[in-house]
Amino acid sequence: MANDPHNETRVDQPTGTEFVGHEWDGIEELNTPLPRWWLWTFYATIVWAVVYVVLYPAWPLVNNATQGVLGWTSRGQLAEEISTADMARQGVRDQIAAIDIVKLPANPELMQRAVAGGAAAFKVNCVQCHGAGAAGSPGYPNLNDDDWIWGGDLEAIEFTLQHGIRWEGSAQTRFSLMPGFGEVFSDGQINALAGHVLSFTDRGQSSATGAELYDINCVACHQANGSGNRTFGAPALNDAIWLYGSSEAEVRQQIAVPNHGVMPGWKDRLDPVTIKMLAAYVHSLGGGETLPAPEVAVLEEGNGQP
Amino acid sequence: MSTEPNTPAKGHARLERNITLMALGTLVTVAIGGLVQITPLFYLDNTIEQVEGMRPYTPLEQAGRDIYIREGCYTCHSQMIRPFRDEVERYGPYSLAAESMFDHPFQWGSKRTGPDLARVGGRYSDAWHVQHLIDPQSVVPQSIMPQYSFLAETQLKVADPAGMLTALSRVGVPYTDRDIEMAATDIVAQADPDVRPEDLTERYPKAQVRDFDGDPGRVTEMDALVAYLQMLGTLVDVNSAAAQQELAQEVGR
Repeated sequence: MANDPHNETRVDQPTGTEFVGHEWDGIEELNTPLPRWWLWTFYATIVWAVVYVVLYPAWPLVNNATQGVLGWTSRGQLAEEISTADMARQGVRDQIAAIDIVKLPANPELMQRAVAGGAAAFKVNCVQCHGAGAAGSPGYPNLNDDDWIWGGDLEAIEFTLQHGIRWEGSAQTRFSLMPGFGEVFSDGQINALAGHVLSFTDRGQSSATGAELYDINCVACHQANGSGNRTFGAPALNDAIWLYGSSEAEVRQQIAVPNHGVMPGWKDRLDPVTIKMLAAYVHSLGGGETLPAPEVAVLEEGNGQP
Repeated sequence: MSTEPNTPAKGHARLERNITLMALGTLVTVAIGGLVQITPLFYLDNTIEQVEGMRPYTPLEQAGRDIYIREGCYTCHSQMIRPFRDEVERYGPYSLAAESMFDHPFQWGSKRTGPDLARVGGRYSDAWHVQHLIDPQSVVPQSIMPQYSFLAETQLKVADPAGMLTALSRVGVPYTDRDIEMAATDIVAQADPDVRPEDLTERYPKAQVRDFDGDPGRVTEMDALVAYLQMLGTLVDVNSAAAQQELAQEVGR
């Protein structure tokens, strides 16, 4: 080095490397050059940066950054990816849009695709209430069983999806309001009635009072044998499926001050094809009913109680 | 140390041997990097893009936001939807910088144990939020979110609503004198059906005025938090096709 104490470049014999000129108690520092691989990697990153600056947005200027010759933007890339994905799905979506949902099961391949699409939409929009496995929770119907409050065929399910249940957003929403009997009946009468309701499933003791109250107040919707009526969305009381709980206390509670759950309609938030696919998915979960005789009702299941 | 003569060092050897020069050189280098990265954020058009619909939080929403921060919701929930297809399809249109313009501090986050909440507003009913906050597992059995049932039982107490707004206005949130004067009233009026909201919805467009927690008798912390959650991501109409089109074509980003 220039400032070597001896004013001459000295070379360390064993390594062939120059000394820097520092010396501590006889130990001297060598001027070891940077490893070649490191140096070239470093040069490569500089070249990379130059190329990047040309291709992509980089230098901030007065109002905008330089745009790069590729014209790339993260938002533009997203728009492109989404439109590619939409295009890829378009064929199937067109087919599903064109087919009447009633005829969907007759086309197994399309049905399968509809179910797959419905499963994806279900995960985004429905699991929060109906659960990841569609098993529901108290107040939110289980969609896996074959007990349907408003009907479980494809059309009925699709209708419920579109218009919801007790949903303000649609005039056609499925609507029923069981009256509360808490202020009409005495505690004794409610107990007797709950006993009669539970006797349908052999879990309670019917009584003359209970049976009479049931005949006068409940038969119109829930039927004499407790089988319910889908036209009114009156759940069956003679099975093991209860929307708001099956214990005597819960049945009493539901007679006195009934819960009225709300399901939003999706006609404004989801497109018709997605709703159709959702209907196909829910129908495929296990409890789907074959298409009905013309009348019937509609969806949502679970069954609950009075 | 080496016993060096007075021969002056040259080139980088000089820089390496003079601590003052070295510090000066470091300062200049770091300053250039910092200036290039930071300064443009204050003037580039697309970093200060204006969007329609943004307004400061109502005092009730701001109180809910403070509860959100107090309870550490941000440790599991982010509030920024990135412009990727998987995020957009799950959470909705990507977040815009301007949507956080009145956030102090912002809640973007980078940790998602729970879902992103940037557009959770209006997605669920108030009743769902209340049930979910009281007992998350009752609606989402596999959830590991803790229970926050005490929020429904705790009266909302904001020590100094006007002070809260004044502090925010000092850091640039455009609350008007009227907003600050009405702060204490606004908090109650937004969640209590018995109190007249006066001109609340004119000063805070799109503010949702109703009882949020299903307990109209009083204003609880649950009211505040649900009010905050229900407004997240609802102010800007990002869904309009024109807006999306425009953003996708903007270059130089």
